[in-house]
Amino acid sequence: MGREGGPKDQFPVGLRVLAVDDDPICLKLLEALLLQCQYQVTTTNQAIKALKMLRENRDKFDLVISDVHMPDMDGFKLLELVGLEMDLPVIMLSANGETKAVMKGITHGACDYLLKPVRIEELRNIWQHVVRRRKFDNKDHNNYDNGDDFEKLQQGQTTGGSSDLGGKLNRKRKDQNEDDEDDGQENMHDNEDPSTQKKPRVVWSVELHRKFVAAVNQLGIDKAVPKRILDLMNVEKLTRENVASHLQKYRLYLKRLSAVASQQANMVAAFGGRDPSSLHIGSLDGYGNFHALAASGQLPALSSFQTNGVLSRTNSVGYGLRGFAPSGIVQPGQTHCNTNSPINDLSKLQCISLPGSKHGKLLQGMPTTLELDQLQQHKRMQEATIHLPGGFSGAGLVTGSSSNSFVNVTSSPLLSQAYRQHTQSKGLGNHSSVGIPSMSSDPFHASVGGSSHLPDLGRCNDTWQGAVPLTSYQSNTLSMNAPFHHDDLANMGASVPVVSHIDSTPLNISSSNVVAAPLHDPVTGRDVQCHASSLGGNTMLMPSSLEEDSKFLNFGSAGTSKQKLKEANQDHIHEPNLIFNSYSNPSLSNKLIVDPIAENQRLNNGYLSKKLDINGVGQTNFSAPVREQNCKIDKSTTNIQLTYKEDSTLETAKSQGGFNSNGCSFDDLVNSMIKPDRDDIAFMDGDIVCDFYPLGACM
Amino acid sequence: MEYSNLRHRAADMRKSLFDQGYLDEQFYQLEELQDEVSPNFVEEVVTLFFRDSARLISNIEQTLDKCPQDFVKLDAYVHQLKDSSSSIGASRVKNACTLCREYCDEKNLEGCLKLFHKLKREHAVLRQKLGSYFQLLRQVGPMEIATRPSM
Repeated sequence: MGREGGPKDQFPVGLRVLAVDDDPICLKLLEALLLQCQYQVTTTNQAIKALKMLRENRDKFDLVISDVHMPDMDGFKLLELVGLEMDLPVIMLSANGETKAVMKGITHGACDYLLKPVRIEELRNIWQHVVRRRKFDNKDHNNYDNGDDFEKLQQGQTTGGSSDLGGKLNRKRKDQNEDDEDDGQENMHDNEDPSTQKKPRVVWSVELHRKFVAAVNQLGIDKAVPKRILDLMNVEKLTRENVASHLQKYRLYLKRLSAVASQQANMVAAFGGRDPSSLHIGSLDGYGNFHALAASGQLPALSSFQTNGVLSRTNSVGYGLRGFAPSGIVQPGQTHCNTNSPINDLSKLQCISLPGSKHGKLLQGMPTTLELDQLQQHKRMQEATIHLPGGFSGAGLVTGSSSNSFVNVTSSPLLSQAYRQHTQSKGLGNHSSVGIPSMSSDPFHASVGGSSHLPDLGRCNDTWQGAVPLTSYQSNTLSMNAPFHHDDLANMGASVPVVSHIDSTPLNISSSNVVAAPLHDPVTGRDVQCHASSLGGNTMLMPSSLEEDSKFLNFGSAGTSKQKLKEANQDHIHEPNLIFNSYSNPSLSNKLIVDPIAENQRLNNGYLSKKLDINGVGQTNFSAPVREQNCKIDKSTTNIQLTYKEDSTLETAKSQGGFNSNGCSFDDLVNSMIKPDRDDIAFMDGDIVCDFYPLGACM
Repeated sequence: MEYSNLRHRAADMRKSLFDQGYLDEQFYQLEELQDEVSPNFVEEVVTLFFRDSARLISNIEQTLDKCPQDFVKLDAYVHQLKDSSSSIGASRVKNACTLCREYCDEKNLEGCLKLFHKLKREHAVLRQKLGSYFQLLRQVGPMEIATRPSM
């Protein structure tokens, strides 16, 4: 298809459309209409068949049109899955034109929403969605490596409209304008240029985001209106619309945060402690870290993390992991982060946030800034409780079970190292499944292989099984195998090895074991919520680039291990899913939602995805992909978070899977690495929620 | 002569269908889709519609007989019927469906029944009318359908 050429020339012709509708008449009509537009049409009246066809060969189609009302599968569900798995534009079709139905379609990621009976004029425009998406994706990919913030994350990886909230929104707007003129139903956004996106996409860098947050805080979140924010920020070339959309994301992020915040606050505090000594994992403070990370584009560095110290960068970050000798968890040069100071590792791990650019994105995009701010607040509470990093190492980050082998994720090395240490010291139990926040914009469902690995975790005693699926670790999938198992882990059961194979691609936490990063309390009872998002098997992307603040240890600790954690917990740091947002941004501290989901695999599956969401504001972003997938991160995260909140200690974790360890205080983690216990309980509270917010949050 | 008479009749019949509200603009779309590639497109779709809608109607009847209080199910069927009828432009049938659904929402069985019967009637009438229309068309031959009536 001559896509690149003038849009109208050849490109629309031959567009390969898959039409799904259970009503034979509508289907026939649709087919005829599409043929009239000279598209290539494939039809099916079953959603399941459609999915199958798409899965077989996703490149066979350019676009999917689906009815909402279908007997075998809900149209929205199909929409989510397609967006998540295949990242294809999906257009919804329905006779129901009520605003809320339309809204639902859009929020689920539909590129467009057409009313039946559908008219040919509307169909003539659908090719625009394809072009638009491609264009954005490309753009995002280019930026990816720059460690741009979540925008990129949003755009790029996740692609699916669903994943990127921001991108989606933006895209949606345009689409709306363009395609809905006929219907006029969704012409709500008209601020974008209808024809094509005129303005270059704004990248919300850490600095920018920081300004934004500052402005918002100054105005007061309630009174913050885009115009005023824009004025306060005083950045040229920034439009009110950019701010508006960013604000929207931010609000969502906050909402998510506040849900967890209470619990996390502690954790956050923990994370905040960027200082190396305090092992602030997740660098709640990470904000700075994050920035540092982001700024330095370290996030991408996460990948470097892979190399070994994963966080070589993180080293710099000095993960707040206290106690961790910054020797670098991630021994940067070392392939294995052999037990170097676990803590360090952890911190390193933190840094690990998203090695991949993608990941980095996550972190960056992540609300890191947001989080940072928030985290900072929280952090104070605990002061870098995010020892997770340390624990991180133990935590799911440990991708490489003890064997330094970096499991995909560079983080693993880190983790392993840290883990090892950690394990020794105490069952990290926290399998911080470093679920890298869907770094991979791809279906984040890298859900950490949930519990399946648990056993590993348990064994991780020495090894960081928790493959800290640091997102973006090279291995896309963050399979965070929570190698963390230290002994504790075993207990923790949370050994959900979140294997986040952090491929460079976004956390493909697909089924990776959610390594519940056993956020030991030791780490710091902080709210290190390591979202073991990976729990869900989502590999948590441990933002390797967490350099700074390993705070991001969002270990998506696989919930599974959590359980064990509980038992063991005391020592373990909460497995909280250390959601290592790749950011190492401490900001994540809040986010570090360590899901002790050890218990539930499901957590793993769902959680991670969710968690990640939660964590990173960007979660929405990345979670998007993940979300859709198994990881219903959104949901899970909420769960996770909730769980966290409720129990605030491992209790919740229990349900979650695990964040048994009381709030993984990173510090504790670190310490725990050395000598677990201690703060386990402390952690409990904090369910360290390592939100991966930072990761993707920064939308 | 004969031929043009037939054509005339066909055209008139068509016009009246529109005028009387049996069909609406959607039907035009169908007609537009008919071309050399699919010369009988309209008829095919219409046939398909009647087949499918007959099934739906019988489902509704069964539901009304067995579990008349199951408004959810009823609503689902009627909704489906509404979908398809609007797709081909069967506007009267569609309107009847819409009203019926409203009664379903209110859980008004009596109203529902009443509307359902109306729906059935409209459906039958349309079927018969379109049947003769197509028959006439076939006699006329593969000629283009009369020009659109002025809207």
